[in-house]
Amino acid sequence: MSSVDPVTLTVIQNGLQQVCNEMDMAFSRAAFSPVIAEANDRSDGIYEAETGALIAQGELGLPIFVGTMQESVAAVIQYIAEGRTAAPEEGDVYIVNDPYLGGTHLMDVRFVRPFFHQGKLFCWLANTGHWPDIGGMTPGGFSAQATEIEQEGLRLPPVKLFKRGMMDPEIYAIITANIRIADQRIGDIKAQAAALDVGARRLSAMLERYGEPTVRDSLGALREAAETRMRAKIAAIPDGTYRAEAFVDSDGVVDEPLRIALTAHVTGEEIAFDFEGSSPPCRGPMNSVIATTRSSVYLAMKHIFPEVPINAGTFAPIKIADPEGTFLYARYPRPVSGCAAEVSQRIAEAVFAALVQAIPERVTAAPAGTSGNFALGGFDPARNKSYVMYHITGGGYGGNAEQDGLTYGCSTIGISKSAPLEVLEQQYPVLFERYALREGSGGAGEHRGGFGLSYAVSLRRGEATASFVMDHGRLGPQGALGGEDGAPNQVRIEKADGTIYRPDHLSKDQGIRIAEGDRVVIDTPGGGGYGNPVLRAPEEVLRDVARGYYTMEQAKELFGVVLLPPAAGETAYRLDRQATEALRRPGLAAQ
Amino acid sequence: MAQPLAKAAPPGTPLRVGVDIGGTYTDLIAQGGAEGVVRLAKTPTTPGDPAEGVMNALAEAGLDLGAVDVIVHGTTITTNAFIERRIAKVGLITTAGFRDILELGRRTRPQPYGMTGAFEPLIPRELRLEVAERIDAEGQVLQPLDPNEVRAKARQLVEAGCEALVIHFLHAYANPSHELAALAAAREVWPNAFVTAGHQLLSEFREYERGCTASINAAVQPTLARYLESLQRRLRAGGYRHDLLVMLGNGGATSAEIAWEEALKSVMSGPASGVIAASWIARQSGLDQVITYDMGGTSSDVGLILQGEPSISSEREIDYAMPVHVPMVDVHTIGAGGGSIAFLDEAGLLQVGPLSAGALPGPICYGRGGMAVTVTDANFLLGRLSQSRLTGIAQPATAAEVEAALARDIGAGLGLGPLEAAEAVLRIANQKMAGAIRLVSLERGHDPRDFTLFAFGGAGPLHAAALARELAVPRVLVPPRPGVANALGCLVADARRDFVKTLNVPLSKLDESELRETFEAQVAAGEASLAEEKTEFAAVEAQHSADMLFRGQTHLLRVALPGPNVSKDELARLFDAAFHARFAVSLPEIEAVVVNLNTTLVGRHADHLAGQTEGVGDGSLEETLVERRPVWFNGAMQDTPVYGRQRLTPGMAFDGPAIVEQLDATTVVEPGDRAEIDTHGNLIITIGEGSA
Repeated sequence: MSSVDPVTLTVIQNGLQQVCNEMDMAFSRAAFSPVIAEANDRSDGIYEAETGALIAQGELGLPIFVGTMQESVAAVIQYIAEGRTAAPEEGDVYIVNDPYLGGTHLMDVRFVRPFFHQGKLFCWLANTGHWPDIGGMTPGGFSAQATEIEQEGLRLPPVKLFKRGMMDPEIYAIITANIRIADQRIGDIKAQAAALDVGARRLSAMLERYGEPTVRDSLGALREAAETRMRAKIAAIPDGTYRAEAFVDSDGVVDEPLRIALTAHVTGEEIAFDFEGSSPPCRGPMNSVIATTRSSVYLAMKHIFPEVPINAGTFAPIKIADPEGTFLYARYPRPVSGCAAEVSQRIAEAVFAALVQAIPERVTAAPAGTSGNFALGGFDPARNKSYVMYHITGGGYGGNAEQDGLTYGCSTIGISKSAPLEVLEQQYPVLFERYALREGSGGAGEHRGGFGLSYAVSLRRGEATASFVMDHGRLGPQGALGGEDGAPNQVRIEKADGTIYRPDHLSKDQGIRIAEGDRVVIDTPGGGGYGNPVLRAPEEVLRDVARGYYTMEQAKELFGVVLLPPAAGETAYRLDRQATEALRRPGLAAQ
Repeated sequence: MAQPLAKAAPPGTPLRVGVDIGGTYTDLIAQGGAEGVVRLAKTPTTPGDPAEGVMNALAEAGLDLGAVDVIVHGTTITTNAFIERRIAKVGLITTAGFRDILELGRRTRPQPYGMTGAFEPLIPRELRLEVAERIDAEGQVLQPLDPNEVRAKARQLVEAGCEALVIHFLHAYANPSHELAALAAAREVWPNAFVTAGHQLLSEFREYERGCTASINAAVQPTLARYLESLQRRLRAGGYRHDLLVMLGNGGATSAEIAWEEALKSVMSGPASGVIAASWIARQSGLDQVITYDMGGTSSDVGLILQGEPSISSEREIDYAMPVHVPMVDVHTIGAGGGSIAFLDEAGLLQVGPLSAGALPGPICYGRGGMAVTVTDANFLLGRLSQSRLTGIAQPATAAEVEAALARDIGAGLGLGPLEAAEAVLRIANQKMAGAIRLVSLERGHDPRDFTLFAFGGAGPLHAAALARELAVPRVLVPPRPGVANALGCLVADARRDFVKTLNVPLSKLDESELRETFEAQVAAGEASLAEEKTEFAAVEAQHSADMLFRGQTHLLRVALPGPNVSKDELARLFDAAFHARFAVSLPEIEAVVVNLNTTLVGRHADHLAGQTEGVGDGSLEETLVERRPVWFNGAMQDTPVYGRQRLTPGMAFDGPAIVEQLDATTVVEPGDRAEIDTHGNLIITIGEGSA
C-alpha cells in the first residue's frame, strides 16, 4: 500500500468515479446520435499518463468498452513515441477509430485528450461514441458481407482533431466528406469534446483539493486494491479447468459456423483463458480485433462480479493468451464490423458457459446474446426522400440459481432501449403488425429462460433493401446444469406474392429487395434454461401455461407437468398432481 | 402535543389545514381562522386505515372542523400501493398484435452489470386482450374498430374479476377516435367508473410509456377513490363543510371529487410537497436557487428550485421500467440514507452502501437487533445524535455496543480507533451523497455558489453542513419544523394545471400565430378547469415554455418563455442561451426544432401565511442551551453546546461547533460555520472555510 491513508484512498476512488460518471452524463445529454443519446452507446474514462492503463471508467458506459479504451490510449501514446502523430499540448484532442489500434468497429470513434497539471502530463481522458455512420458500403456500418476493412468505412489513425482547443477544419472536412448524414456530426463532435472538458474541470478541482502527490500516490494503491478484490473473487472459484464452446452462425460470406473454444484454468487467485481450437480468421466481417476479444472476457467477468470496481488492476489476475491464428485476433485488412455487437457476445457466452460449471450460484445460463440488428434502407415516394431505419432488439436472459431469466432483455454488451414503434412508424414507411412475447422460446429448466420477441413489420410504399446482422440462428442460447437451450433466432421475409425467403446464413444477410406489402418477420432468441426442468415447481408451470408462455403439451413434454384443460364454464387450467408425479419420477430418480 | 406558536396569520383569514401522511407519522399544520392561530400536530400513521390517522391529527390539533375553510391532504396511499404492488386487478384492451407491449417494454436490464433481473407487468398476460383496430402515425384509420368486440372483451374481463380497465391503442395521440369509441362501449358494460384511456392522461407518442402511465393510473385508482370517499365521509360527519383538496405530484392540489380520475398524479406527491414547502420558505427568505435535501433511512430525495420555481420533469421512472410521463416535481431519489451500511471490501477499503439496514433491523443504536454498522451509528457514537434522547426509539443500544461494532468491523481493518472509524464512515457517506446530489443538480451547468441547501426530513439537517461544504454550496437553510415540511407544502400548495401540445416543427417553419393561439387555448382550458375547483384564487398565473432540440437530437431541453407572444428570433435566442448554459456548447450550424408547447396554469391562494413560526421567549442564547456535551469534530472530541430549537429566536447567532436539537430533527453546525436565525425563524448556516 502507499503512503496514503485508506480512508483518503476511498475518497479518491469515489472522486475519480464521479468525474467519469459526470463525463458519461454530459456526453449522452448533449449528443445528437440517438445511438449515444438514447442507447448510451458510449463510455468515458481516465487513463495513466505513461501506459494508458485504465484508472477509472464511468459506471454508465456501454459494457463492451470496459477494456478497449485503455488499448486505444496506449496506441495514441505509441504513435506519439514513434513520431507518427504530434506530441500532446494543452487543449489537444486526438481522434482515432482504427479497430486494430485498441478498438471495436469503425463506428466507435475515440477521443483522447491529454490532461496537464502544472505543465506536466498527469493522465489522459478519453471517450468513445458510436457514430451513426462512418461511410463504407453499408449505411450505418453493419455490413454482413464485407471482406476487407476498406468496405466498412473511413479509418482514422490517431490524429489531432483539436489543436490547443481549436478544431482543425481540414481534418473535419476530410471526415464529413466521407460519411453519411454528415451535417449533424458537428453536434456529436462538440458533445464528445465537451464531455472531456467536464472531466478536465472536475479532475483539476480534485487535484487542487487533495493535492497532486496524494492523488498520484492513490492511483497505484487503488490499482492494487481493485486487483486484490478481483483476486479474492477468483480465489473463491474452485480450482480447475473448465471448457466451453460457443458458435457464431457464420461470417456472412462463407456459410460455416465459427467456433469459439474456450478453456478457463483457475489456479488460486488467477484465471487464465485460452481460445486454442477456435476457428481461423474468416472472410466476412465476424473477425474480432484483440482489444474487443479481451474486453469481451473482462465484461463477462464484470457481469459475474459486478461489485468489483474497474481499473487496470481488476484485469491483472485475468490472463488471456493471445489467440494468434484465430478469428479472435484480427489483423489488417480483415473486416471486423460484426465483432463489437455479435462476436463479443459469443465470447461472453463461452465465459458464462465455462464458469457456470464452477460457480453455478453466480452465473446464469446463456442469454439471447445478439443485438438483433435489422436495417431497412429505401426511398419513400410519399415524402420524396431516402431513409435508413435501424431496429435493434433483445431477447430472453438465461435462468439462474435464484430466478427465471428476464424476458426481452438488451444485449450482453449493451444497455440500450429498443425504439418505440410509434416513432419508427412516424419516420419510415413501415407498419408493424405484431410485437409480441415469443411464446415457448425460453429454454426449459428449474428456472427457465426468459422469452424472446416476435415481430412482423411490412413496407407500406416504395422499395427498400433489408439487411440483418444477428446471431444464434443455428443454435439457441445454451442451457446450463441440465436446462434446455433457448429457441434460436429466426428471420424470414413473407413476400406479397405468398413466397417466403429465408437467409442462407440464417441470421446474416444484406441487400434483400423488399417491395410494397412484403413483410419481415423476426423471432429473437429465448434465454437458456437453468437446472433440470423436472425440478420446476408444477405451480409455476401451471402459471406459465395460464399466461400462454407455454402450451399444455409443452408443459408435459418439457417440464413433465400434466395439466387438465379448464372445466366447462371455467377458464383456469388445473394441475394433475398424480399424473405429474408419475411422469416426473424417472427424471427425478436420475438426479 | 398540539402547540400553538406565537406568530400567526391575521385574525379572520381563512383557516387552512395541511395534513400529510408519512411512513411513520401523520403531520398537520393549520393556520388562520378567527383567532389566526398556527397549530401543529403529529400522530402515528395508521397503515390499516390511514383516514383514522388524519382524524386523530385533526382531533389532536383541537380544530373545530366546522370552522375549517380548507383542508389540503398529502397522502402516500397510492405510492405505497404501487411500491408494495397492493394494486387493483386491472384488465387491458389493446390493438391486435400488441398486447405484450406492456410486458416487453423498451427493456434494458435493471443494472449495467449482472445478467439477472425480473419484471412483472402491472397487468398480467391473461388479462391483456386484443381487439381488431389500427390507426397509423398520421392518424388515418387502417382497420375500423367494432364496438361490439370491445363490449365482449370488456365483459370477459369483468367476469375474470377485473376492477379497473385500461384502453390503449397505437397512435391514439394522433387520433383518439378509437379510444373514445372503445371507452364509450366499455363503460356500457363496466360496473364502475375505473376506465382509463391512454391518450387522456398523456397525449404523446411512445406506446410503452403511454400505456404504462395509463396502467399505473388504473392500478391505484380504486384504492385512492375508496380512501378519499371514506375520508370525506368522516370529515363531513365531523362537521367539515368544504371541499377536500388532494396534493399531486406536480406540486399542485386538486379537488378530492376529481383526484381519483387521474390517481397516478398523486403517486409522487409526498416528495413534491416537500419541495413546494422549500420553495415557499426559501422565497420568503429571499433565496431563489435552492437544492432540497430530504434524508431518510434507506434513501434520500433531492430536488432543485431555480428562480424560485421547483424544477418539473415529465419523464420520471418510478421503478425499474415503470415510466410515468406526466409533469411532476423533479425529485431524484438517491440510494443513501441513515441506514446505509459501512463495511470494508476485500481490499480493505472502506465502503458505505448501497446495502441498507432499513427500518428493521435498522442501525445498531436503535436496539432492534441490527448488527451492521450504519451511518446513523456513526452519528450516534460521535455525539452528533443524542445518546440519551434518540427520537422515536424505545430502547436504544448503549454507546459501548456501537463502539465495539465500529472498532471490530471498521476500525481494526483501517488501523483506526472506533471514533476515528466513525468519522471516516461519515466522510465517505457524505462524499458519496454529495456526488449523487451533484449529478442530479449542479452538474446541469449551475454554479454552486448561487445555491442554498435546504435540509429537511429527520436526518437531512444532520448532514447538511458537511454536504454543503463538499458541494461548495455556501449556505444551508433548516426550516423551523424540518419534520413537517410536507404538511406545510400541502398548506401552501397552489392549484396547478399542465398542458402539452406536440408541434414537432423546425423553428424556421414555426407559425408565430399558431404558437400564440396554442398558448391562448391552453390558458383557456386551464381557466375552465380551475373554475371547477370550489376555491377563489387570489391570482391565476400562466407559465409558458417550449421543449426544443437541435434537429437530429433526441433529448428535449425546456426553455422558459416570458409570455404567449414570442417571436421566432427570440425563441432562437432563448434556446441558444439555455443550451449553452446547460452544455457549454453553441451550435449555430444546426437548425432548432420546437417539439412541444407547454402551459402551466397556477391558481394562487391568497398569501396570507405570514410566516412559519417565531420562537417563544426573548431571552439570551444562554437560556436556549439544553446541555453541553462532547461531540467529535475533525479528529477530536470538542465540548459542544446543544441548543433547543424551540427557544431560538430571530437574530440569535452562534458559531460552530454546535448542535441544535428539536423533537423532529437534529442539526449539526460544524466548526468554522456560523449559524443564525433569520426573521422567519429559519436556521441559516453559513459555511466557513475549513477542511471537509
